[in-house]
Amino acid sequence: MRLRSTPAMLLLFALSPLETGAEQAAPLPADYCAWEVADYAIEEPLCGLSGDARRGREIATDSHRGNCLACHELPIPGIEAYGTIGPPLQGIAARLTEPQIRLRVVDTRNINPMSIMPGFYRDPRLINRPGKAYRGRTFLTAQQVEDVIAYLVTLK
Amino acid sequence: MKPLTQLPVLLCGLLSAFLPWAGAAFEAKSGYEFIKPDTRAMQDDDFENPGMLTVEQGMELFNTRQAGAEKACSDCHGADGEKLDTAGIARYPVYDSEAKEIISLQKRIRNCRDNIGSTPLPANDPELIALETFVRNRAFGEAVNVQTGGEVAELLERGEKLYQTRYGLIDMSCAHCHTLYPGQMIRGQKISQGQGNGFPAYRLDTGEMANLDQRIQQCLTLMRAEPFDAESEEIRLMGLYIMSRSNGLAIETPAVRY
Repeated sequence: MRLRSTPAMLLLFALSPLETGAEQAAPLPADYCAWEVADYAIEEPLCGLSGDARRGREIATDSHRGNCLACHELPIPGIEAYGTIGPPLQGIAARLTEPQIRLRVVDTRNINPMSIMPGFYRDPRLINRPGKAYRGRTFLTAQQVEDVIAYLVTLK
Repeated sequence: MKPLTQLPVLLCGLLSAFLPWAGAAFEAKSGYEFIKPDTRAMQDDDFENPGMLTVEQGMELFNTRQAGAEKACSDCHGADGEKLDTAGIARYPVYDSEAKEIISLQKRIRNCRDNIGSTPLPANDPELIALETFVRNRAFGEAVNVQTGGEVAELLERGEKLYQTRYGLIDMSCAHCHTLYPGQMIRGQKISQGQGNGFPAYRLDTGEMANLDQRIQQCLTLMRAEPFDAESEEIRLMGLYIMSRSNGLAIETPAVRY
């Protein structure tokens, strides 16, 4: 369980006067795997899955899936239309360990509550006003998150 | 008198320390400053700017007897709107203290049409968008001048809260992009301050006109959020707040925006 992060997040929601209630009620998807934060990292792979770096690179660049390029530069030749909101990801694995990268992809707001970065495996119950097609869903599946992490750890 | 000249700077520094989105002193910049040079050129050329077609369509509607009514807008406001008060147009959205509601420019046009007995049109009907675009364009170059004091102050606070609330699966607030990161690239586009002075604007992304309310809805949909309804309290509060951020910027309708 997310013992460290959840109370703070719920408090933020409780303080917001704008919650409409109805949209918050989406149940947790049956296949959602709980994850645990320790030392600013998530040690265990989501659902115990192992990632595939080649698939991860595809997900990272696909604007309908990970869309990492919307905000980050990636060391992929030929791509010019990347974003400059987040740090470039070249060398990310030299700066962070795999468990540290995992927390940043899963839900970076455990590190910086004000971060603009979406939580790609954030608890769907914490999402405010999700569109009808997105209720009770995570941004990426657990497998996709692990694939992206497998790709990112190759960026040394 | 050297110490006194520094007083305003000190006060600004003190004030900004207490603002929730602390940091950079906010200087309003039109979206025009953030679009690509060829998009600017398109906006500046009345023949290239697709929004000018909507202005012309709106002018025709303005000068024509409204469906179901005996009158045209021009019967009161002059042919081509020459009697319209452009300084008044620049003040929209306004707060109607009798009706206790925020009145957008389009809502004012709708009310006016209703008053002369026209067949009612739903919010953001293409004819209303055309009329709104035409009327706003009459005030081209006027500085946006939304009321911020008095009874509007509390509404702006509520609007600002909505602006700073995260929405949808992508889970960002308006402020995340448009207050924290203007000037940064998101994929191939520069993030603007999300100002309202160019709206209704022609959007290259959709190939259609959008007024500010529709643009807010489109942004929410992009965030994979459930957009607020066209006439909801939330849309009105956000539209009021966003336009108030644009105070002092010249009206550019019809702007061309991504």
